[in-house]
Amino acid sequence: MSTADAAAHVTVESLRLSAELAGSDSRAPSADVAAYALRLGDDALILSQQLGAWISRAPEIEEDVALGNIALDLLGHARALLRYAGSWDGRTEDDLAYFRDEAEFRSCWLVEQPNGGFAQTIARQFVAATFMVELYARLRTSTDATLAAIAEKAAKEVDYHRDHAVQWVLRLAGGTAKSRRRMLRALNDVWPYVDELFRDDALIDRLDGTAVRPSELRDGFDTVVSTVLGEAGVPVPDVHPSAAGGRNGEHSVWLSGILAEMQVLARRHPGARW
Amino acid sequence: MGRRTAPGEPCSEPRADRARKVAARIVDPEIPVLTIDDLGILRTVEVDGDCVRVDITPTYSGCPAIDAIRDDLVLALTAAGYAEVDVRLVLSPAWSTDWISEKGRRALTAYGIAPPTGRRAASGPIPLRLSVRCPRCGSLDTRELSRFGSTACKALYSCGACQEPFDHFKAF
Repeated sequence: MSTADAAAHVTVESLRLSAELAGSDSRAPSADVAAYALRLGDDALILSQQLGAWISRAPEIEEDVALGNIALDLLGHARALLRYAGSWDGRTEDDLAYFRDEAEFRSCWLVEQPNGGFAQTIARQFVAATFMVELYARLRTSTDATLAAIAEKAAKEVDYHRDHAVQWVLRLAGGTAKSRRRMLRALNDVWPYVDELFRDDALIDRLDGTAVRPSELRDGFDTVVSTVLGEAGVPVPDVHPSAAGGRNGEHSVWLSGILAEMQVLARRHPGARW
Repeated sequence: MGRRTAPGEPCSEPRADRARKVAARIVDPEIPVLTIDDLGILRTVEVDGDCVRVDITPTYSGCPAIDAIRDDLVLALTAAGYAEVDVRLVLSPAWSTDWISEKGRRALTAYGIAPPTGRRAASGPIPLRLSVRCPRCGSLDTRELSRFGSTACKALYSCGACQEPFDHFKAF
């Protein structure tokens, strides 16, 4: 084998999906497990895409780096989850990321909310990371070996993401009158999308022991939120929840724009490689 | 550097040990003073005839270094005479900075990166941190500039004593 052949031999496509992820179990997921992995993968993918847009736009260079690193972690989670989801029906992670239309995505409305100003991104990040910390901590004990392995890895990473968001919530809320006003407004703006994260449905009922029951994560989430917002001297927003239906493929107006930007290159040049 | 097996290496050496030695010399492309063995991401190396299987564990889910490491393993082991090289990514048990060897920690310090100490003093929504020692002057008078540094695994610090900025390998 020549050197060039050896390097070409190692591609993402050659990864043996679930077997590699879990390290042992080579079973493909059931349709339900694949659907569940798709939800989690879509949340991570869309949030990653959104955060990537901050690179070169953040208020300070360290934030370019921080948000870029967080986006990279999330992309890693998305890749693992989408690869696993796609192994059910033979689709690759790229098929799922680039060649699905809006109605086929299962992301929640929270991650679709626009980046807005920096405080808005931080508010979204605070909610998303706090939710993910609770989620992955519990998913580690899933009866599905691959989901458990992905969760074990992700759990440590989202802990850093939450930490980052918390520091900024405290700093902005305790900063100038303007930064505090913006932080308060941003929290109010994202809060309608909190409830969707914790809704159970028929898929969750069918996956008892494999999926995490979202409603069971609410107490842990509320405890963290009240601790942090209490420390920041900010009231927990009291707003009417939105009728978000991302898990059924009913999305906010924002998703189509995100997908258009994310998918344009892959769709215009199918099969293109760097 | 030094990835290839020297010609004339004794054939009496058990094949698995030899393959492991070759694999263990691969360095992390982002921290070239650390081999994947020092980093603790090289898990098992198994040889069956001309085939070798290597299991590695990524440090972070999205770490781009892992693809380069995978390529380097295939190239080095192919050059060492193995016809088929199979590199597998194993996520579980998840990698921890506790797996970095003592030699690796010393290499990190010498390279100017504070090794992963300074574990969280208290976990929870608003964690506290222990001081990180400056790898240049040894002072504990340091402060975090950014929780995310040049790569996902590092945070950026500044030393109050020698005034130098430095990377800290985050405890993980």
